[in-house]
Amino acid sequence: MTTIESAADVAHRYDPVIGLETHVELGTASKMFCGCPTTFGAEPNTQVCPVCLGLPGSLPVANATAIESTIKIGLALHCDIASWCRFARKNYFYPDMPKDFQISQYDEPLCTDGHLDVVVDGRTFRVEIERVHLEEDTGKSLHVGGATGRIHGADHSLVDYNRAGIPLVEIVTRPVLGTGALAPEVGKAYVTELREVLRGLGVSDVRMEQGSLRCDVNLSLSPAGSGVLGTRSETKNVNSLRSVERAIRFEMGRQAELLDAGGRVVQETRHFHEDTGVTTPGRSKEEATDYRYFPEPDLVPLAPDAAWVERLRAGLPELPAARRARLAASLEASEFELGSMANAGVLELVAETVAAGAPAAEARNWWLGYLAQQANAAGVEPAELAITPAQVARVVALVADGTLSTGLARQAVDGVLETGSSVDEVVAARGLVRVSDVDALGAAVDAAIAAQPDVAEKVRGGKVAAAGALVGAVMKATRGQADAKVVRELVLSRLGAPG
Amino acid sequence: MPEAGVGITRDEVAHLARLSRLAVTEEELDVFAGQLDVILGAVARVQEVAAADIPPTTHAVPLTNVLRPDVVTPCLDRDEVLAAAPAAEDGRFRVPRILDEEA
Repeated sequence: MTTIESAADVAHRYDPVIGLETHVELGTASKMFCGCPTTFGAEPNTQVCPVCLGLPGSLPVANATAIESTIKIGLALHCDIASWCRFARKNYFYPDMPKDFQISQYDEPLCTDGHLDVVVDGRTFRVEIERVHLEEDTGKSLHVGGATGRIHGADHSLVDYNRAGIPLVEIVTRPVLGTGALAPEVGKAYVTELREVLRGLGVSDVRMEQGSLRCDVNLSLSPAGSGVLGTRSETKNVNSLRSVERAIRFEMGRQAELLDAGGRVVQETRHFHEDTGVTTPGRSKEEATDYRYFPEPDLVPLAPDAAWVERLRAGLPELPAARRARLAASLEASEFELGSMANAGVLELVAETVAAGAPAAEARNWWLGYLAQQANAAGVEPAELAITPAQVARVVALVADGTLSTGLARQAVDGVLETGSSVDEVVAARGLVRVSDVDALGAAVDAAIAAQPDVAEKVRGGKVAAAGALVGAVMKATRGQADAKVVRELVLSRLGAPG
Repeated sequence: MPEAGVGITRDEVAHLARLSRLAVTEEELDVFAGQLDVILGAVARVQEVAAADIPPTTHAVPLTNVLRPDVVTPCLDRDEVLAAAPAAEDGRFRVPRILDEEA
């Protein structure tokens, strides 16, 4: 297949406009309109009841926690919370909902008009949120007979309704303009930041690999500077942060190539392929009116009063952006350093290490340097290492007071990682104490000189650089515990060379 | 023709039939277009009663915020559930494939 043009090249001729629709499964214990559990990975159709199976005579009742979680999401995204709204029936004829409709919200979403700021390359982009609404998730279909588990070529489908009825929040952005060549990165940064907000609120486990956070990416191109919106494609199945970036980049290249050749972009749903990074056409989108939305007659309206909303607002945790700003101040870090720490997953760890008494620069060096390497080598996140920020702070303190050299400090850290013991236990057990006592080192220095008489002669003759071999021998003999500076001074004075 | 309706077209009936996955013949399109037109006409008369002082409602009862606590309740037995299905396989409902649609 042809190579897709880079986002930077496309952005010379076209202004990309992105839009993101994110679906989040809430982490409630029970479903949206019935008491069935929401456990992931349960045996098919073991978490179903008359309500979520749409059996005649059953009636839905809304889950209070799901409503509160949705309001919290709206508040965290600076939305207005509707004082009165209704659920709506979205009618369609796929078997993934046994009722033949999905309970959703249509023209009266619970939350509207918010925003989320994201920072890419030191620039802040404000992503405006059009709406946040609550609906129920659909069942899962397994297509039998097709090669890839998709509908094409399938003989029949097998449906599991465990997921049908799990509360699902949809967060829709307005078109995001002005991102240019950074469109792929801004898209990814938005979903990343949104995930952090949702995780901080504790409303969802936001696990993209399990489908509890799913993303649709809209993209259109307009000729640079024209201000005329182009026709958009809607890419589904974008199920990792990296895929958000890749899908936008691919669509920019695909649409640019089409427009360059005088072609036209068709408004359609496309399917993203994780393995190849390519999008292919999916089903042609039915018009919104085809869903024949109407107010759900089985549910009464929702009317969150101001007292309820304010109580939820008062209970909101510190949001990620505010937390980063606070940490930036306490860590004396630049935006770039903060970004490095956030990307490496060590921001909290550094902050806690500083809180435990370590200077910010030392804490940052340990977590971004040696500890990040150890985590990487072990294939775990830094936070999963068997060393606590307090222990790292203790190591830093022992280096600062001269008890440990840098090399010994690493040995102490290795010991903590291997044994889970405290820093002081490891230091004591392994005898990791820097030796700077001249008397104690004298014998080792004399032994090294005796062992390498020719080197000693060179040093006596004025070749001071040769002393390194003798210092190295002493360090080796003392298993790295000697103070190299003291050893060097001793060697030079014994051999009468200038120090 | 009975009393005039609101004018549902033959094309609109064909569109609805396609969305509903119903096979409707050319003759039936004419029949249904006529019948639906009458039904819509009858329903449209309700709008004549609507006035500015009568707010639209979807409910006969003036209630809001009818909620349940987030508590798990027992589910149905799977064998019992699938026994009611026209077809089942591997603990799942078996349904005909959906033509020309993507998952």
